[in-house]
Amino acid sequence: MTKMLGTRDVYGDVLIELGTGNKDIVVLDADLASSTRTAKFKKKFSDRFFNMGVSEQDMMGTAAGFASAGKIPFASTFAIFATGRAWEQVRQSICLPKMNVKIVATHGGITVGEDGASHHSTEDIALMRVLPNMTVIIPADGYEAGAAIKAAVKYRGPVFIRLSREKFPVLYPENCEFEIGKAKVHSIGEDATIISCGLMVHMSLEAAEELKKDGLNVGVINMSTIKPLDTDAVLNAARISGAIVTAEEHSIIGGLGGAVAEVLSENEPVPLKRVGINDKFGMSGSTVDLLKHYGLTKETVKEAVHHVIKMKGIRVRD
Amino acid sequence: MEADVEKLKKIARQIRIDILTMLVESGSGHTGGSLSATDILTVLYFYKMRYDPKNPKWEERDKFVLSKGHGAPALYAVLGRAGYFGLEHFHTLRKLGSILRGHPNSAVTPGVEVCTGSLGQGLSQANGLALAARLDNKPTRVYAVLGDGETDEGQVWEAAMSSAHYRIDNLCAILDNNGLQIDGTNKEVMNIEPVVEKWKSFGWHVIEINGHDIKAIVDALNEAEKIKGKPTMIIAHTVKGKGVSFMENKVEYHGVAPTRDEYERAMKELGAN
Repeated sequence: MTKMLGTRDVYGDVLIELGTGNKDIVVLDADLASSTRTAKFKKKFSDRFFNMGVSEQDMMGTAAGFASAGKIPFASTFAIFATGRAWEQVRQSICLPKMNVKIVATHGGITVGEDGASHHSTEDIALMRVLPNMTVIIPADGYEAGAAIKAAVKYRGPVFIRLSREKFPVLYPENCEFEIGKAKVHSIGEDATIISCGLMVHMSLEAAEELKKDGLNVGVINMSTIKPLDTDAVLNAARISGAIVTAEEHSIIGGLGGAVAEVLSENEPVPLKRVGINDKFGMSGSTVDLLKHYGLTKETVKEAVHHVIKMKGIRVRD
Repeated sequence: MEADVEKLKKIARQIRIDILTMLVESGSGHTGGSLSATDILTVLYFYKMRYDPKNPKWEERDKFVLSKGHGAPALYAVLGRAGYFGLEHFHTLRKLGSILRGHPNSAVTPGVEVCTGSLGQGLSQANGLALAARLDNKPTRVYAVLGDGETDEGQVWEAAMSSAHYRIDNLCAILDNNGLQIDGTNKEVMNIEPVVEKWKSFGWHVIEINGHDIKAIVDALNEAEKIKGKPTMIIAHTVKGKGVSFMENKVEYHGVAPTRDEYERAMKELGAN
C-alpha cells in the first residue's frame, strides 16, 4: 500500500530541525498552532514562538519586523487567511522591502473539506503569484515539503509555501533534493504532458499510467515552484508533446494553469486544458466528495488529455 | 542627558524649511501631517535615539517606524540632517529614480527600517523589531509614530494588543494627534475618542503631551524609557500644518504641496535665509 504522509506534519518536524541549528528562526502563528503543527516548535522553543492570536494582518507585519531585524520568521495559518486576509500586509510589509519572511500556510485548496468555502483556499496561488519578489511553492508530498522548507531558509527573500490538511501519497525519497524554480520532470510525453502541483501530481501520474492502455504516451511534470516558473520545462514539454494539461487544487484562473497559459501563449502556443476549480466557491463535504464534485480526479485529468490531443488534430487539419 | 531645548527648536525650524522645500519642488506630497510630526521627529533624531548614520545597520541602534508613512518628507528631512544621505537628495523627492519615494521604503532609503504608506501596518512591524531586539538582548529601543486617522485601521488595535500581551517595553509609540484626516476632522469622519482611555484599556502606559512642546516631548520619551513591563503610548496633541500660520489646522493641506507663492510666504514666517 502507498505510504501516506501529511505535508503539515512534516512541517512541524522540519521546523524543530531548522530551529535547532539556527537560533535566528522564529515562528509566528495566528491561533492555529495545533492545526498548522507549529505547536511542535512552540513546545521545543517557546521563547522563539509567538502566538499572535486571531490576527493574521498583525502577524504578517510582526514577521516583517522580525525579518528587518535579521531574524528568519516563519508565519503560519490557514492558506486563505495568510494570503487573503493579510494580502496587503504581505504586499507592503513583506514583498515590497523583500523581507526574509517564510509564509508556510496549511489547509490549502478544497481538501479542507467540511468547513466549506470560508476556509477553502482556491485563490491563494493567484494572490501570491502576482506579488513582485514573492516565491510560490506547492509541494507534492511530505518529503518534498520538508526539502522545500529547508530550501526556503537557504534563500533570502519572501517565500509562500502551501501545505495541505490532507495526507498525500509519498512520491519521493525522504532525503529528496529541492531546488527553487526547478520543475521535477517525471517524463515528457510524445502525445501530451500534464503539468501539475500539490495533490494533483500523484493523480496525474496515475492518469498517465492508465492512459498507456489507450495507447497514449503522456508525460508528467511536478511544477512545485509556481513562481519563479520553470519556463524551460514548460516550453520543452510543449515542443515535444504539442499539447499540455495543467492540474491544480486551485481556481483555473490565475494559478498554475494561468501561469502555464501565459508562457505558452507568448512562446509556444499549443493546445492547453486547465484542470482545477472552475471559478466556483467550494461547498462543504468530505474531501473525497469535494474532489469528485469539482473534477479534481485522475478521470478528469484523463479526459483533459484526450481533449488536448484531439485539439492537436484539429490544429493540424487547419 | 540634558536636552538643549533651544537648539532642538532651531533644528525643528530647519526641518520645517526642508520639508517645504522638498514639497514645493516635488509638486506633490503631504504637507500638513509632515509639519505636525516635525517636533516629535526632531526630538527623536536629535536628542533621544542612538544611531550611526555612517553605519546605518549598526546592530545596537534604536529603530524608528513612521507608521503614518505619508509624513515621509519629515522623516527624510531628519534622516538627511542626521547624515544618512546628502542634502542634495531633498531636491529629488518623488522623482523617478530617487531614493526618496512617495512613502518610506526600506529597500531604497538609508535609515528607513521598514516599508509603510498603506496605513495601519507600522505598529506590527515595530513589535517585530522590538521582540527581535529582546531575543538578542540588544539595548535597541523602537519608536513608532502613528497618525490619529490611521488608528481607524483595525490592524493598529491588533498590534496594540500584541504589544501589551508580550509586554514590549522597549517600544514607545507616539500618536500624532492633529485631529484632522483627509475627509475632515476625526470627529466628523471617524471619532477616535476617548483616545487616552482606549490605549490605557489596551494595556499601555499612556502619557499625554503637547506635541509641539520640545521639553514635554523630551520628558515623555525619557519617562517611556523607564516604564517596564508594558509599552508606552505618548498621545501628542499636535496641529496639522504646524509652523506655517495659513496651513495650520487646514484639512486642505493634508495631501497637497505648497504652491511657489505659499512656499515663499512660509519661508518668511519660518525666517529662512
